[in-house]
Amino acid sequence: MTVVHDNLEATEAKMRAHDVNVFYGSKQAIDSVSIDIPQKYVTAFIGPSGCGKSTFLRCLNRMNDTIPAARVEGDITLDGENIYNPKLDVVQLRARVGMVFQKPNPFPKSIYENIAYGPKIHGFAEGKDELDAIVEKSLRRAGLWEEVKDRLTDSGTALSGGQQQRLCIARAIAVDPEVILMDEPCSALDPIATAKIEELIADLSGRYAIVIVTHSMQQAARVSQRTAFFHLGKMVEYGRTSDIFTNPLEQRTQDYITGRYG
Amino acid sequence: MSPSILLLLALALGLAGWLAARARAWTFKRAQPGVRLAALPSYHGWYVALWIVIPAVLFALVWSILSPNLVLQSVLASPAAADLPTFGLQRQTMLAEARNVALGNSPAVFNPAAADLVEPFRSALNFYSWIGLAATLVIAFLGGAWSFLRLRPDFTARTRVEKMVMTILLLASLVAILTTIGIVASLVFETVRFFGMVSPIDFLFGTQWNPDPMSNPLNPQGDRYGAIPLFWGTIFIGAIIAMIVAIPLGLMSAIYLTQYADPRVRAWVKPALEVLAGVPTVVYGYFAALTIAPGIRDIAVSLGVSNASSESALAAGLVMGVMIIPFVSSMADDSIAAVPGAMRDGSLAMGATSSETIRKVMIPAALPGIVAGVMLAVSRAIGETMIVVMAASTAANLSANPLDSMTTVTVQIVAMLTGEGSFDHPATLSAFALGFVLFLVTLGLNFIALRVVKRFREAYE
Repeated sequence: MTVVHDNLEATEAKMRAHDVNVFYGSKQAIDSVSIDIPQKYVTAFIGPSGCGKSTFLRCLNRMNDTIPAARVEGDITLDGENIYNPKLDVVQLRARVGMVFQKPNPFPKSIYENIAYGPKIHGFAEGKDELDAIVEKSLRRAGLWEEVKDRLTDSGTALSGGQQQRLCIARAIAVDPEVILMDEPCSALDPIATAKIEELIADLSGRYAIVIVTHSMQQAARVSQRTAFFHLGKMVEYGRTSDIFTNPLEQRTQDYITGRYG
Repeated sequence: MSPSILLLLALALGLAGWLAARARAWTFKRAQPGVRLAALPSYHGWYVALWIVIPAVLFALVWSILSPNLVLQSVLASPAAADLPTFGLQRQTMLAEARNVALGNSPAVFNPAAADLVEPFRSALNFYSWIGLAATLVIAFLGGAWSFLRLRPDFTARTRVEKMVMTILLLASLVAILTTIGIVASLVFETVRFFGMVSPIDFLFGTQWNPDPMSNPLNPQGDRYGAIPLFWGTIFIGAIIAMIVAIPLGLMSAIYLTQYADPRVRAWVKPALEVLAGVPTVVYGYFAALTIAPGIRDIAVSLGVSNASSESALAAGLVMGVMIIPFVSSMADDSIAAVPGAMRDGSLAMGATSSETIRKVMIPAALPGIVAGVMLAVSRAIGETMIVVMAASTAANLSANPLDSMTTVTVQIVAMLTGEGSFDHPATLSAFALGFVLFLVTLGLNFIALRVVKRFREAYE
């Protein structure tokens, strides 16, 4: 059973999951998870490896569809609309719920083309000028513009790891999403690049609903306002980040954040 | 004493040496229980065995090259050879007949004059085979004894065996390189002879190909050796028609197999496609000549093309295109599958559809590998012989009409080498010049393809 702290401010839920189960073949990876993802906050999912937090994150924009053996049960809504409704267009969903991956994965194209890719496929820009503006705005928001504005035609793969990850965030922003999912976005980066990404998450949090999966409890404490602790496919505890880290209600949460396992 | 028996004998001696040396190494170990041998006993065994087998086998090889000549010398020195004709075909035939009888390959001589030579041949063969056997045994024994005497507890047999094995591996890889060099050298030699008779300008830029093997070799008629129609036919059939078939079909099947196919479908379709690569080209040739070519002619005639040939470039090109689909598709398949899944996920997560992801991310990322596959397929197609021999023709036409009969470089190489001209006639020698130019072209294509593949490999590391 999940413990939900009762002192959460009444905020509008952007996404709402109810009784979600995920199976890989016959193995159950997520067991009955229910959670509200609030608007304009950063929500962190923490927990030991293999606890299902990444799997659950991938349910939120239906990226599990790309894994043939995966099966999702339960309801997940975005602004009240069920995203697993067969009539819903998954392409539209993923434009509204963007994703940043664990390893930076820029396309082997120029920096400009990496950002322009999403707006082009969704037909956002009518002309070159408009596209240029979107590219600049996205790179500025991702804090990358000053570093790359003179070499937009260079390959995105030629950037450093931290720059690549900010490029991927800029790429996600360019599609103008409402929710951004981040799957351990700093695990392949050094501390300086990590600090920049965390700063960027803080900047973005007022504008988008952000969900971040992280192994680093310090990172969760630094960047998020809400934290959910996952263990063995279940969500154990969910509440304000400050409460989870200072005053957890569950023994397992206490053990994890004090480093007794995981 | 046949070579195979010599070889078996050498191997048996080697085995004996192996066992003896290993046993010797064990006695070292037993004699000084506290001391560690510098190498395991079996390495001592291998060291001695290699020293027995390798020199003996090398000697046997050299001997098998030298001994026929030694036999011949001694036969010629015998009194029976005194009344042999001094030179010419008859002398050669008599010697060969006598030798065959002496070896037991044929029952009796045809030319009675050769009968006297049988006995000298028999005794000489016998003598030299015993000499060869004895020398091989002595060499094997010397090698074994020398290496056996070197064994000591601190003898580094392992490193020495590893060095010997490395040398053998190096020699094995050199064989392929030396063969290539030999092929090029022989081609160059004959090509130079050809260009001594026919000007390279006539050959490379002439548009008439009509060599006459019966003409006077002293007047080579250079204007009959214009290779342009052949190279055009090769490119038209191998690089244009075949590629129009192979590139789209190969690429589409690769996309289907990597991106859309259910694993169960893939498990069946991919091997089936690879079977296509295993069909002998001569079988494709039948198919092209007996099924496709008449079919194309019938269609052309029914469409009102009255002079359609039953040997068309189109038939050869179509079948060749089908033949190289597996080359294109398996290279494209590998390079699409090598694009990291993260690229695909990244694109899908932005709301791209599968087809947008394939067209805009997967194919561009895999393009170097796909290009390399196409290049290898082209070099394979333009070097292909059997299909065009059977389905195209030998008439050199410089035409852009796929229904015309056309010929290719490889077909003309076959025609010239199997023709009636003598070997030093320019018509025959032209085959080498054609082969040389074709070799350079395919070498260049392969070189470019390998460079492209190399660059591709570096992309994601």
